[in-house]
Amino acid sequence: MTAFPRPLIPAAAMALAAAPAAAQGIDETVNEVFANSTGWFVSLIFSNFPGTTFPWIVGWLVVAATIFTIYFAFIQFRAFGHAIALVRGDYSDPDDAGEVSHFQALTTALSGTVGLGNIAGVAVAVGIGGPGATFWMILAGLLGMATKFTECTLGVKYRNEYADGTVSGGPMYYMTKGFAARGLPGGKILAVIFAIFCILGSFGGGNMFQANQAHAQIINVMGDYPGWITGLIMAIIVFLVIVGGLKSIASVTEKVVPFMAALYVITALIIIGMNSDMIGTAFRQIFAGAFTNDGVVGGAIGALIQGFRRAAFSNEAGVGSAAIAHSAVRTKDPVTEGFVSLLEPFIDTVVICTMTALVIIITGQLVVDPATGLFVQNEAGTQIQTITGNSGVALTSDAFSSAFGWFRYILVLAVVLFAFSTMISWSYYGLKASTFLFGEGHTKELIFKIIFCLFVVIGAAANLGPIIDFSDAAIFAMSIPNIIALYLLMPIVKAETRSYLDRLKTGRIRKFA
Amino acid sequence: MSRKIVVGFDGSDASLRALDFAITRAQAQGDNLLIAHVLEWSPYSFLTPSEVEERHRRRNEELKRAESAILTPVVKRVEDAGIPVATSIRYGHIAETLCRIARDEQAAMIFIGRMGASGFASRIFGSVAATLAQVAPVPVVIVP
Repeated sequence: MTAFPRPLIPAAAMALAAAPAAAQGIDETVNEVFANSTGWFVSLIFSNFPGTTFPWIVGWLVVAATIFTIYFAFIQFRAFGHAIALVRGDYSDPDDAGEVSHFQALTTALSGTVGLGNIAGVAVAVGIGGPGATFWMILAGLLGMATKFTECTLGVKYRNEYADGTVSGGPMYYMTKGFAARGLPGGKILAVIFAIFCILGSFGGGNMFQANQAHAQIINVMGDYPGWITGLIMAIIVFLVIVGGLKSIASVTEKVVPFMAALYVITALIIIGMNSDMIGTAFRQIFAGAFTNDGVVGGAIGALIQGFRRAAFSNEAGVGSAAIAHSAVRTKDPVTEGFVSLLEPFIDTVVICTMTALVIIITGQLVVDPATGLFVQNEAGTQIQTITGNSGVALTSDAFSSAFGWFRYILVLAVVLFAFSTMISWSYYGLKASTFLFGEGHTKELIFKIIFCLFVVIGAAANLGPIIDFSDAAIFAMSIPNIIALYLLMPIVKAETRSYLDRLKTGRIRKFA
Repeated sequence: MSRKIVVGFDGSDASLRALDFAITRAQAQGDNLLIAHVLEWSPYSFLTPSEVEERHRRRNEELKRAESAILTPVVKRVEDAGIPVATSIRYGHIAETLCRIARDEQAAMIFIGRMGASGFASRIFGSVAATLAQVAPVPVVIVP
């Protein structure tokens, strides 16, 4: 590996690097204040089941996904083919052309979830939990498809449609309207709790984590400079889009992101192909590591926790965010959007995340002790020792560029664009939650957007540790009220599903194409 | 027997020439006209969350604007010529949608204007006239 020259630092950084000590000081202060003020929230969400080392919130998500999978009789496999037909437009009425198509709803929702969770989050999971984490990640992705199906169907069914033709939907609305329809109490309270957590989530995983890892990847290639500079530049661009209405940047991003995702997967496949002799070993490591102690932090349970945690963070099934994104599609049957949405965890986790994990494993980034065959932990015992000593997005970058040196530059672009599109999506989710709480109004919306931009700067300046903890905690917190609502409303989804599949089978729902 | 002629119309000079030519043919042969306006649209494009939210409203606005700014002014012109006329506004790929309208309405012919784009651009993006000539289910009249 060649050392890359340092003078690639952007001009802004050059000017500001005149007082490097002072600049680093800002980063340290931000980090300290941030870690201290969010610690209690993180410990609350990630507290373990009594007497175990298993965080209860991870169990909460996996149990829910399993229950939905069984309750809907493996809908994620039964409806998979039909979901693809819907996305292809086989069942779209040509007279409805010009409305949001299933394909567009899916890709918009995907650009919110395909982000750094897929690149950096997976590296964190494999770096701590070893190859075995991949197994649990894929399993969580497959189960999560049923959760996403449930929440997106409800999101469309109970959305608000306004006189001017715009729509607003999401967990807040199925909590209030769905609970009222079933005569259940407490919908309003649950919706308020969800909206508060959604705003926090939009600042955390949908924002700070993205800014943080984008900065990490930029300095990995360009050389070190203070994080708040990246944060400030990204914040200004986000500000221009969400406050200034600079639609062109957002729409360019939306168009480039899918190609970046495709390029990422293809490159991963090529690297895997180049190391085809290692594929067997990699899968052995993945399966063995899932059930046995291969030297990783926390053993097999550690692998499971990491796999589940990063899968949930990446595909957001059960979190409720996708229900906001999917609710705007025009469809006569809400359940069709549920079918389409179940493709999301599949693409996000089962395909893209697995690619990242395989490339890291196959290119041998994790250090194995030749004597024992176990992975070697770093000095602090917090994660597996890697060849370069990197973690997070830098580890993914090492893995990809061990095959193609130039890929680190492509990855910078991909990371920044993924981060950016995820931020735009989450600014929208957070805004929806804040208008649900505080009502609509130009000033209120402006205040939310400005705070959102401030968190971009904080996210880029702080260390990965506290950021990833808070991001996870905030996003997982959303799943608490959301999954309660899903349990109470799932009979409605079942009735919708049965009615639709019945009409499909008897030919009353027909193909147009 | 009265036949139906579909005229692809987008308000451009070329499409006006096609319409005028179609009027003379319809007068001579006793045909009626269907003026079709297609708004270019792909269900496989990518949208931002706020575009998704506003799409239904935008679509209604676009339809209204197309009706009032593009179709209404020329409908009068055809009626004044004493020819029965109907209109259609659709979203989609322009050539494909015109073919579909012609099929659905059992039209006898399609009239379109030629934009006159030649060379590099049309080689890459293709032209509506050339595509229609290849795939239309009925005879196509391309008016220069």
